[in-house]
Amino acid sequence: MPSSSVTPATISEKILSAHCGRECRAGESVVCKVDAAMATDGSAPMAIDYFNKMGGKKLAEPQSMIFALDHYAPPDNPATVELQDRIRRFSEEQGNILYDIGAGIGHQLMIERGHVKPGQLIVGADSHSVAYGAANVFATGVGSSDLAAVMLTGKLWFKVPESIRVKLTGKLPNGVDAKDIALEINRTLDPAEASYRTLEFQGDGAASLTFEERMLLTNMSTDAGAKAGVFAADATTTAYLNAGDDVGVAVHADKDAVYALDLNIDLDQLTPRLARPPVDGAAAEIVGIEQDLGTPVDMVYLGTCTGGRKSDLERALNVLRTGGTKHKRVQLIVTPASDRVYSDLATEGMLAEFIALGALVMTPGCGSCCGTCGTIPGNEKVVMSAANRNFTGRMGNAKARVYLASPEACAAAAITGEITDPRTFLEAQQ
Amino acid sequence: MTSLTINGPARLVGADINTDYIISSRRKRVTIDPDALQLHIFEDYNAEFGQSLKPDDIIVAGKNFGCGSAMEVAVTVVRAAGISCVLAPSFARAYYRNAINNGLLPVICDTSSIQEGDTLSIVSEGNDIHVTNTSRDISIGAASLSSMMIEILKTGGLTEYLRKHGDFPSEI
Repeated sequence: MPSSSVTPATISEKILSAHCGRECRAGESVVCKVDAAMATDGSAPMAIDYFNKMGGKKLAEPQSMIFALDHYAPPDNPATVELQDRIRRFSEEQGNILYDIGAGIGHQLMIERGHVKPGQLIVGADSHSVAYGAANVFATGVGSSDLAAVMLTGKLWFKVPESIRVKLTGKLPNGVDAKDIALEINRTLDPAEASYRTLEFQGDGAASLTFEERMLLTNMSTDAGAKAGVFAADATTTAYLNAGDDVGVAVHADKDAVYALDLNIDLDQLTPRLARPPVDGAAAEIVGIEQDLGTPVDMVYLGTCTGGRKSDLERALNVLRTGGTKHKRVQLIVTPASDRVYSDLATEGMLAEFIALGALVMTPGCGSCCGTCGTIPGNEKVVMSAANRNFTGRMGNAKARVYLASPEACAAAAITGEITDPRTFLEAQQ
Repeated sequence: MTSLTINGPARLVGADINTDYIISSRRKRVTIDPDALQLHIFEDYNAEFGQSLKPDDIIVAGKNFGCGSAMEVAVTVVRAAGISCVLAPSFARAYYRNAINNGLLPVICDTSSIQEGDTLSIVSEGNDIHVTNTSRDISIGAASLSSMMIEILKTGGLTEYLRKHGDFPSEI
């Protein structure tokens, strides 16, 4: 670790320094050793093509190369099956790690299956790879060509980013979710300001969050426009990763580290948010849920690398239990983030509860999030989704209107058939 | 010192154009061949605009171009349409890198004075980029590129760079 004589550093600067072999600071370009890399069926076939064209014969680090078949789980046509078969054949030849259809979303598996440890530098050929930052990792999304470079060399070049200090204070009130923090960040922060920068989460509010809540915030840091999102490591991190003796190398920001910008959010004052469907190709407008109460809802989507973890589904179910029944018009879709989440739902009786409510429970994976598999909303239908993106056409139909909100707010809409403040149901419990 | 000049008409799109608007995620589940995907370029944003794109057009965007998914087909599809340059006041980082890696020149500059159809001239010289709106005789300042980006672009993209060098140098 750098001594006190060197310039104070952010977490990003420290992790990149440790991986390029010298002290580096924001603005410098460096070549770094990459600890692990992930690609999905959406990005791996193209990465394999680039790898071959680069003259690649053997993966530099097969045991650190993880492919997950999650975007087309399951595939709906022969051409997609062939894309996945190319990944299977490549992995068989190269001996890298492959998670096949049904195991779950790559990002979830990276954390769940122990591929991520504090202090590491990880890239993924998927923008939401930033999620691993919850584990005190510098993680960023890359394209297939950069991924191919890592496949070939085990390294990649980076511009060391400046960081934005996101200071969270207080505690989330009942019925307000980490998703609402992420939406509030996206509402407040101009993507042009966030671009090329890391969001470093600090403060007692950050420390109070569960690991899965931290994952949501780092996951959606890409949707704020940031290069990465990162938390310090603490007892919460160690307990969740459950890695035994190999707990990684925790990295903390120096007290006098330099930040490009400060963003302060008081969790005590936060209320449920909503991202409205984009109009005419513009970015989604983010508002307080009270502004759109009563809007009829046709489909509710619980799932994805943002809102498909066990705690997300548990919180949604908690709201659904209070309501008792699902509105008859609403199609409720549940897509667990991984087979473990699915299995936990079954073991703990939650799966039966979702089925009794009339939910469609889908194969663990990305599901309907980007319209590449699973159920597609109809024309002019309104969706409340626990996902991270609602670009026009995102769920496979440009004529559907997708709202983004917390799992609790999605569950509340499933009960009433309209946009509803989830606190209505949670207050009734007390 | 190598220099490169690109001339062409400005084709305007808005701000926050995400990669799904450039090419829908659901299209790439069937093929990743850019020539095939090119038929669907910009379909969920403005299909008519997508179909009207011609080789040598220069895409001129608002802020945060290429946000959303890191999918690289959103760059290769633009290259397949014959386009070699995109101007925007800011880019999503993965798109920016993917552009460099595939020989699509991403130019960070103020695009507010550029109108649809204006003739633009983009000159890349050393690490610097000069943008001129020849229709309006306006010169626009643009961000320079790092030496590593120039090296990759000069070699013809990251594939050619690594094919040639086999590895990254230890210092860049």
